Amino acid sequence: MQNWIDAYSWINIRFLLQGLWITILISVISVILSFIIGSVLGIIRYSKVPYLSKIVGFIIDVIRNLPLLLIIFFVYFGLPAFGFKPDTIPAAILAMTVFESMMIAEIIRSGIMAVDIGQMEASRAMGMKMYQAMWHIVLPQAYKKMIPAMVSQFISLIKDTSLATIIVVPELMQHGQVVYGQDPNYIIPVFVAMALMYFVVCYALSLLSKFIDHRMA
Amino acid sequence: MINLLTNNWSEFISGFGWTLLSSILALFFSLIIGSLFAILEVVPNKFLRIVGNVYVEVFRNIPLLVITMFFYLVIPLYIVKINGFTAGTIGLTIYTSAFIAETVRAGINSVDIGQMEASRGQGMTFWQAMRYIVLPQAFKYVIPPLGNQFVNLVKNSSVLAFVAGFDLMYQGNAIASQTFETVNTYVIVGIFYLIITLPISYYMQHLEKKLA
Repeated sequence: MQNWIDAYSWINIRFLLQGLWITILISVISVILSFIIGSVLGIIRYSKVPYLSKIVGFIIDVIRNLPLLLIIFFVYFGLPAFGFKPDTIPAAILAMTVFESMMIAEIIRSGIMAVDIGQMEASRAMGMKMYQAMWHIVLPQAYKKMIPAMVSQFISLIKDTSLATIIVVPELMQHGQVVYGQDPNYIIPVFVAMALMYFVVCYALSLLSKFIDHRMA
Repeated sequence: MINLLTNNWSEFISGFGWTLLSSILALFFSLIIGSLFAILEVVPNKFLRIVGNVYVEVFRNIPLLVITMFFYLVIPLYIVKINGFTAGTIGLTIYTSAFIAETVRAGINSVDIGQMEASRGQGMTFWQAMRYIVLPQAFKYVIPPLGNQFVNLVKNSSVLAFVAGFDLMYQGNAIASQTFETVNTYVIVGIFYLIITLPISYYMQHLEKKLA
């Protein structure tokens, strides 16, 4: 019991919470960037521009099918060979963004495909240009349909930031390792605390997604 | 790059083998565990439903790395000495089983409720109806998402690198740090992963279209 009380001293808990803050920060920045890049790539892949859509589609498929850990390694240890050496947190954000953009591009594409083709045809018949119809008519409906998929992707992203511990990004998992590194008796209490922190954030998001989905249906 | 590949061929291949083995073992066990929890989530008994729900929600919302590291550090400390490969595969199995439970549950729910009612009306018990009527039909809906889970599993098996699990990622890192050819090594490692994941995910896309 004493182990648990010692492990949960305020200094340790505060250190873990600081890690959680970095985890959330990295996740939020990456998801915003990925949302923008993913939307562009998803629309390009959907709109079947000759050659371009095929190339973008292939890149999306390749990156989606690679482990995120490999991309983190590549960004942090591989890019310096090209003369670009990012710091740990930017490297994590870059790797997350590259990976998540491709995931989100696929979500966006299937969201657009789920909007009835008649919406696009009717907008075009009303005299709208392709991009106008996409921006004002199709995308707003598509985004609504993809909220659940988007939120669960965001949850994966939060969980995946733990992988960045391998390049010593000071996020929750890394801070946890520092805390239980002091004393093997802290291992179980620290894991319980870390798991709880991740769980609270992710589960709250999944409840929020269910709630939004419910209200829209 | 060709030199790098031929010089380290045995390391790459053994890493590839361990990755594949860990993924297949984890898929096999997580299918069993996941299906059990999926059924728990739909049984009439409320207590069992809560147990199923808690399991799924807990392990879906905790990072795989946390689960894996927990097993890697805690089991040897208190129970029995295990190597990184075993600990990693256990972590993968538990994490994936929660996702498979969700997939299978969705499959069961997509079978018309009338099937269950009709079977019960014929005098079957809940378990008989589940076993002979509902699950075989649910299986059809479940195959494409299960394929995607396997792809995720192969990608996720890279966490074995954290626990010295001899997998592809681990071997890749060892080779990269020996030869300093980081870019080429990671490209080769990536190609090895794609050899497994790309064909499966293309085939699943094709199946999804066919079943839709």
